[in-house]
Order: sequence, then C-alpha cells, then structure tokens
Amino acid sequence: MNQANFDRERGVKLLTTMERIRAFEENAVLAAERDKLVLGAIHPSFGQEAAAAGVLWPLRTDDYLISTHRGHGHTLAKGADPIAMMRELLGREGGCCGGKGGSMHIADFNVNMLGANGVVGANITIGAGAAHGVKLQGGDQVVVDIFGDGAANRGPFLEGLNWAVVFQLPIIFVCEDNQYAATTKTTSVTGGDGPAARAASLGLTTQTLDGNDVEAITDAVTETITRIRNGGKPEFLHVVTYRQKGHTSFDQAAYRPDGEADKQMADNDPIQRQKNVLAAVGVAADEMQAIHDAAQAEMASALQTAADTPFPDEALAFTDVQDVGSPVVEAF
Amino acid sequence: MAVMNYSDAARKAVREAMRADDAVWCVGEDLGRGGVFGQYRGLQDEFGPARIADAPISEAAIMGAAFGAAMVGTRPIVEMRFSDFALCAVDELVNQIAKARYMFGGQSRAPMVIRQPMGMWRSSAAQHSQSLESWYTHAPGLIVICPSTPQDNYSLLKAAIECDDPVVYFEHKNMWGLDGDVDTAEAAVIGEARTRTHGDDVTIVSWSQTANFAVEAAETLAGEGIGAQVVDLRSLWPWDKNAVLDSVNKTGRLIVAHESVAVGGFGAEVVAIVSEKVGAALHGRVRRLGAPRALIAYAPNLENKMRVTAEMIVDAARDLMQ
Repeated sequence: MNQANFDRERGVKLLTTMERIRAFEENAVLAAERDKLVLGAIHPSFGQEAAAAGVLWPLRTDDYLISTHRGHGHTLAKGADPIAMMRELLGREGGCCGGKGGSMHIADFNVNMLGANGVVGANITIGAGAAHGVKLQGGDQVVVDIFGDGAANRGPFLEGLNWAVVFQLPIIFVCEDNQYAATTKTTSVTGGDGPAARAASLGLTTQTLDGNDVEAITDAVTETITRIRNGGKPEFLHVVTYRQKGHTSFDQAAYRPDGEADKQMADNDPIQRQKNVLAAVGVAADEMQAIHDAAQAEMASALQTAADTPFPDEALAFTDVQDVGSPVVEAF
Repeated sequence: MAVMNYSDAARKAVREAMRADDAVWCVGEDLGRGGVFGQYRGLQDEFGPARIADAPISEAAIMGAAFGAAMVGTRPIVEMRFSDFALCAVDELVNQIAKARYMFGGQSRAPMVIRQPMGMWRSSAAQHSQSLESWYTHAPGLIVICPSTPQDNYSLLKAAIECDDPVVYFEHKNMWGLDGDVDTAEAAVIGEARTRTHGDDVTIVSWSQTANFAVEAAETLAGEGIGAQVVDLRSLWPWDKNAVLDSVNKTGRLIVAHESVAVGGFGAEVVAIVSEKVGAALHGRVRRLGAPRALIAYAPNLENKMRVTAEMIVDAARDLMQ
C-alpha cells in the first residue's frame, strides 16, 4: 500500500460502515435469539461486510441497489435508516415496509434500494430491468445488483446477464461469493469454472476480487461505476468472501470442516483487516475503538427503539394489495 | 364508431397509449416483426426499437426486467407470446410482481400489462392451447382481464395500461380476426361486467371467447321462448359480483361456462358466491360447463372433446328449464 496516497478519510468511513453493519446484525441476532422479538428467519452477513461497504461506496443516492435475503449490510451501506430497518425486522409500525416485509423483503425507496428478495437469483433479471428503465428514461444512474454464489446456478443468472449485454444496460452485477449455498458448499454443486467464467462467456467484463479487502473493492468498484456511468457496458464482479456464521441465525453451521470458520475469523475478518490497514497508516486505536463503540451504541438504541414501537394497525393487513377488488369485501 | 378486428383494436389501444405517454413501452419476442400474431404490426416503425423492444427467448427475463423497469418509472407492456410460455416466468409474475407493492409496504408499484394469448384455436396441442386465467385470480396483487370483443379489447387494454397495478391480460387466439364495432369514446371500468343479452329465465356467466358462444346460445334459446341473460364478466379479478347476483335473483337459474378445465376453474368461484348469497333463489338449478380434466390434443376430433360449445350451453339451459 502506498501510504502517501492512502485516503485516510475514506478508509475510516469504510470501517465505520462495516462496524455499523456488524453492530446492526449483532443486535438483530440478539433480538432474535435472546429477546425473541424477531419472529421470522434472518440471514446475517457476518464476515461479508467489506463487500457491502466497498461496493456501495461510490454510489450516489439516486443510483439503484437491489439485493438478497442476506441484504442488511447492503441496505445500510446504501443509506437506509437502521431504526426503520430494525422496526421492519421486528414487524413494527414505521418499519421500512410498514412491517409487511420483514428481513427478507427490506426495501427503502427513499435511497433507491429496490428490495431484498426471498427468492435466490430473482433479483438478477429485476435489476437488469431497473437498468433498462434508467436507459429508456435517459437517466445516468447505475444499478448495483448483488446476489450470492448460489444464484449463479439459477436460470435468471443466464437470462438477466444476457439481457444486460443485449441491451447494453448501466448495471454492475456483483456475485458476493460466501462459499456456501444455504448449507451446501457451492463448488460441490457448480460445474465449470464458476460465476466469473460464466459471466465472461456472455460477454461481460469480469473482475474477481478478495471480498474481505474493503479498500481493493472500493477502488475497483469506483472505477467500474465511472466506466458504466460514462456509457460503458455492464460489468461483473466476483467478490470472494466468507460467511462466518450459518445460513440463518439459527443455523449452527456444523456442516463446515473443523476449524474453517475459526481460521477465517482469526485471519480474514474484513473489519480486523481494515483496522490493521488503518493502524499502519497511523489511525489511533482509540479512534477505531470509538467508531466501534458508536456503532454498537447506535444499533443497540435502534433495537430498543424498535422494541418500544407498536405492531402495525391491523387494518394494514388489507392495504396496498391492489387498487381495485377489495381483499375482504369483494372476495367473499 | 368503426369496424375493426380484435387484434387491430388492441393495436390501436397500444398505439394511442404510447403516443399519449412516453413511459409506455412494449417488450417481447419478435415484436419488431409485428409479434407472432401480428398484433404489434407497424408499431416499431412508429416508436422505434427501444419502445417496441425485441427480446431474447427469455420469458423470465422479459417478465423480471419489465418489472424492474416498472419500479423505476416506466409502464411496460409485456408480451408472453402464448399464455403457456408465461409459466416460464411464474416466479417473476406471482412471487415478485404481484407482491412488490404489498411486501414493500406500498413503496413500490408495478404498473404493467402482461399480455397472454390464450386458448384453443386449431391443432396446437397441449402446450399452446391452455386457458389458465383462473390460476392468476388466486394470486393477490394481480388483476385478471379476459376480453371477448374488439370493443372490449380496445377499451379494456387501454384501461389496463392506465392501471397502476399489474394486469394479466388474456386475449383469445381464436378471436384475432373477429370483427366488431369499436367506439373509441367508450371507456371501460375494470371489474364491470357487460350484460350481453337480457332475459328472465336463465343467467349465463362467461368470459373470453366462450361468452360469444353464450350469446349465440341465447339467440337460439330466444327462438324457443327461453330468455337468457348473458353476463360477460370481462374481468375475473375483480369480478362483477353484483351483476351476477342481480341477474340470478331475477332468473333463479345459473350456468357458468368457460373454456378452461372445469375443476378449480373460475366458474366454481362464481357458483360458490352465488350459492352463499342467493342460493335460495336457485333451488339447485346450476350447471357448470368447462373442459374435462384432460389435456388438449392435436387431432381435431380429440381436441373438440375439450371444447365448451354454444350447443352445450343451449342444452344446459333447456335442462334447467325442465
């Protein structure tokens, strides 16, 4: 690393984003397991925070994000309000989606976050379409479409990537490869040379990156977004990271080889790695500790606020279905 | 008022909507050459390849991408070529499009029309002939429309394009060349039935091409002194419950007739509601006409075994009058 050119301010902000993501999810897991306040499944992204912080870094607020069931980090990094997100996880009034979506369907259209998705791979064609809509309307926004390694084995991967190439759309596809498709080692169920090779075969420019190096990801995506915004072609990023915990917060992930996760957490944790980078350029341990503490305090407070918020009015069960045809009056 | 066919009426609706609103665009296979049935003929010349977009044979991407484009402010018209092929995109339609508005707490809308040419015409066998409209009535979030005349294909398609919720729009393949008067000043209201014939003896509820067979049947029955009131639902969700209940209250007899398989068909829903609301008026005088629960064959004589005809409707009415 060239210390002279190192962007200290950016580096600290990236650390801050990662600490906030981790603190959010730690509190979400507490809410699920200790407090029994999150009633449905949540899919934490512990260990994958660098991908979220780095990929979202160069985006403008009016750029679009579309994400997955493991999307808390992406959504926070896009600028969503953690209190509204935590309320959504708890199914409360004032949640991003009014408590109707929960963790797997968080969307925040205030920051052009077009939704997490409960169906693996479904967001690939939808993201391509958002980029199609941008192009049709003559906009200069870029779409960031994040999915996991498991999605590369679904049909929409082929159809959505091909679509973006055919229509030359302003989109960056990010395969956030945490190495596990639910509870199965992804390479054990994937033919050929994997996601980047498949994307390259469709004519996309591809890059494969160390997914736990937030500085490298941020550099790469910043250049990529600039190319795309200046009328370039869609591109594909394969970001190789590691899911430190199970598929859901309830999954103990006993199917992993002994020691694998421990080694990853000890040697390859993206937050610790960024702390090491910052320490090397002279950021004080106290400053980093303060960032950590502030993130923890913010997210503990978000959880408390959410827990103190009532459930939505029951009448909302039947709103926003569709404008015509009442769900109760006309259906019976 | 002008005479035009079912296909041209729809094309006129699309053309007028696209002229009026730059956000409206069409996407599907072969649209630049007019679409597989010619229902988009000439539109690419007027609107260009970006707004009449040729898609790869990727139904899931056509549906999913149109949805993404709808969420960011456009109003796509999605062409599925044959309703059978829309099954390649059911996740996108039922799991994504239908749910987006609700699941995201009203932040998102999906103003889209999904055109699905349906039904039997000639020897197209089991994968190009189905009528699956009832499937989509079971999916909250979707509107389901089945026009039976050029007038309705003009005015209901316009209404569908103007609708801010996703509309699954079933055009019957056997009616593309059907001529009829079209009054472009007539606006359709989604969810309003059209009473095609008036009569005091029997109510016939139908939609799509079978509604036209019901009108033929009513004419035959009129010659026998039986007054049949044909209620063409035009849209299945929402459906015009009151028009049906009012008619059954008057006639005390009900026939539902549709081309799709009788089992689990929308006719069953109509009969259930009528039974609950005005069952006493019926005294059991109900007939449900739909296809047997078999597949549609290629050979014409076998294919015909799956059809609900005007004669069958006449027979059912006579039987109810006994």
